[in-house]
Amino acid sequence: MTLAPDMAVSGRAASPGKLTDLFQLGLDAPICLTWELTYACNLSCVHCLSSSGRRDPRELSTDECKAVIDTLERMQVFYVNIGGGEPTVRPDFWELVDYATAHHVGVKFSTNGVKLDAAAAARLAASDYVDVQISLDGATREVNDAVRGPGSFDTAMRAMGNLRDAGFTGFKLSVVMTRQNIPQIDQFKAIADEYGAQLRLTRLRPSGRGADVWDELHPLPAQQKELYDWLVAHGEQVLTGDSFFHLSAFGSALPGLNLCGAGRVVCLIDPVGDVYACPFAIHENFLAGNVRSAGGFEGVWKTSSLFADLRKPDTGGACKSCGFYDSCRGGCMAAKFFTGLPLDGPDPECVLGHSEQALAGPRTIPAVSKDHSRAVPARNQPVMLNLLTRRPAAPPVSACAESPLAGFAAEGMSR
Amino acid sequence: MAGPVTFDLDRAWQVDPRVSMRPEPFGALLYHFGTRRLSFLKNQTVLAVVRSLADHPSARSACLACGVAEGELPAYARALGALADSKMISERELA
Repeated sequence: MTLAPDMAVSGRAASPGKLTDLFQLGLDAPICLTWELTYACNLSCVHCLSSSGRRDPRELSTDECKAVIDTLERMQVFYVNIGGGEPTVRPDFWELVDYATAHHVGVKFSTNGVKLDAAAAARLAASDYVDVQISLDGATREVNDAVRGPGSFDTAMRAMGNLRDAGFTGFKLSVVMTRQNIPQIDQFKAIADEYGAQLRLTRLRPSGRGADVWDELHPLPAQQKELYDWLVAHGEQVLTGDSFFHLSAFGSALPGLNLCGAGRVVCLIDPVGDVYACPFAIHENFLAGNVRSAGGFEGVWKTSSLFADLRKPDTGGACKSCGFYDSCRGGCMAAKFFTGLPLDGPDPECVLGHSEQALAGPRTIPAVSKDHSRAVPARNQPVMLNLLTRRPAAPPVSACAESPLAGFAAEGMSR
Repeated sequence: MAGPVTFDLDRAWQVDPRVSMRPEPFGALLYHFGTRRLSFLKNQTVLAVVRSLADHPSARSACLACGVAEGELPAYARALGALADSKMISERELA
């Protein structure tokens, strides 16, 4: 998912600086948008932005989805990033993909690969207007499955194999960068190369269930620099969805727009038709309206007071005097909101350390306002135990262990 | 930054069929579904030129028909060259 569109701006006529100024004030229609088709998911990733798991009974029907696509066609939205949940579990998924592309709305969809069999891969390879993004958050089974759940590594690799075998080159391998997988960044690149995919690295956000694991998963300061250097070295070969503009204070700006597009050039439609400013802000504070309202999606985009506020010229707030403000722009609105920081101040991961004081002080983490997590743990729910760096000195002892010495490890024997 | 662009104003050009063009108050946004790149046209005249490329035997004649002055042609050649580099427009065989 992207906060700003995943795009390389090209053309000498297009000076990215000026383009950013135009985008800052919003466009009459989004360039692209993220559309979560369902909250249902076969996985239960610990950092899920949308706290997905269970289907919402109010989800848009097939006809309602088609009406949204008609609107997007009329507004000339170039493409939609379809996600979820796991979008391919919707029985009408392919019908909607076909409907969108037939109506000149391009599709890129994110999937864990569960439904990407050989037939689906062949179908995708035949279309110019559908792109696929496979999610993988570890270059090894161990690192990936710890956050995405047992079996999810194998599922993703099988899906990538099917895409490769079908001749689909240039699909995206999408990785959320974490403390555990930043050391594997070259391995991810090797996997992408092996499968003919393009690597896409995005930022972990403290949104949805991500708020629960943020402290354990978000990259350490030294890793931010490592990531920045890697991104600079690999330039436009790697996509980022413009995720990392908060890292630009390490030096020069990274390729891309370096802009928060929320409510200005992008937004999110959730499975029940609610329109939010961005994919990382599924919270009532960022709710602009619903596509089921009288004016439909177009009415929300054009008349929402929240979006009007976001399109006002940025004052910079506490970051105004920072020399990197032009490229960093105070970082990510959602990251600030969900860590309880003021929206007009520095990002929680400000690489100059300007948020350290605020993070150490009193702050209130906002309560979750939407949660579709499963009530009962799924069979393949990830268990983050293997992420612990300190292990207990001795295995736990069951109360009914038969040994009379159970629980009494002799000195020197327990290590 | 792209290197020096050489663009042949006297050849026939067209917008790539996989490009979608959206008019904007400042000109237009272009999106290429094949390369998945976005570009933009910074004024209404260049938009008019790009839109009419397919109707003219050369880019030069498209420019002139849209009111581009002789002295402005080098700037338009640079802008069109950038679009050609990013595959937004391509050469067309004259029928």
